[in-house]
Amino acid sequence: MHFAVIQFPGSNCDQDCVHVMRRVCGQGARLVWHKDSSLGTADAVLVPGGFSYGDYLRTGSIARFSPVMQAVQQFAAHGGPVLGICNGFQILCEAGLLPGALVRNRSLQFRCEPVFLKTATSDSPFTNQIPADRLLRIPIAHGDGCYYADPATLDRLRANRQVLWQYADAAGQLTEESNPNGSVENIAGVCNEGRNVAGLMPHPERASEAILGSEDGLLIFRSLIHWLDQRRAAAA
Amino acid sequence: MKAKIIITPKKAVVDPQGKTVQVALAHMGYTGVQAVHVGKYIEIELAAGDREAARQSIDAACHKFLSNPVIEDYHLEIE
Repeated sequence: MHFAVIQFPGSNCDQDCVHVMRRVCGQGARLVWHKDSSLGTADAVLVPGGFSYGDYLRTGSIARFSPVMQAVQQFAAHGGPVLGICNGFQILCEAGLLPGALVRNRSLQFRCEPVFLKTATSDSPFTNQIPADRLLRIPIAHGDGCYYADPATLDRLRANRQVLWQYADAAGQLTEESNPNGSVENIAGVCNEGRNVAGLMPHPERASEAILGSEDGLLIFRSLIHWLDQRRAAAA
Repeated sequence: MKAKIIITPKKAVVDPQGKTVQVALAHMGYTGVQAVHVGKYIEIELAAGDREAARQSIDAACHKFLSNPVIEDYHLEIE
């Protein structure tokens, strides 16, 4: 499979994503510069973390108008899978590809630490290989990760099972203490109604090799690869 | 001509900066402070021209880019 990893000025997890897709997952991956108007050959798009455009104005607000984002919008509109990680999640929300917004952490602190994630549903291209009740240990690193959506949007997210991951404690309970940023309903990641676009604040690419302390992030990437394999087999 | 835009967090969105400033004001002895909302101010210098056209154009930019309607409100003045 071919993964397009979008690179904005200020992206800093782009090479990590390429490394994990190529060296750990054995897939094709290449960087696509934000000024490119085409994604080229791509089975999936990763929008990586970092501080695109210095986080000026609002996180993700300037990146979302980069030329490449029109190609990402079209790719998503045709059902192509897109995963945004951290700043990538913020960009996808600003672009209107995902509901809600990410605002300043309630503590006003930049939080950089491992968290436990509970996967709310295996029914998505990004979670289908995650065993039920299996907590993921994945690091976060953000200052603006507090997920907000208005009550009507939250109702829709619940009804459509669009919440994919929530911050939990070691026992899998969604407690206030385990919520690192004040996100509504401990939400760490969501998908769109079509289920082909998802975003999360934690960094699965930083938890995909044993030497880094956790391989749990691989479950997310392997879910996506599995989904792409299934789709290709169904089309053949 | 100038566009002056004040952007504030929506009342429903938690504003930790506003809360922190409110607590600090109380610690400093300022009484009667009921709430603080921290937002941003943007000033745009415009070439002279039709005021109403400028308002409509900048209003569209506020909605599309300068503010995020999910979390923020804005107030625009042209002078």
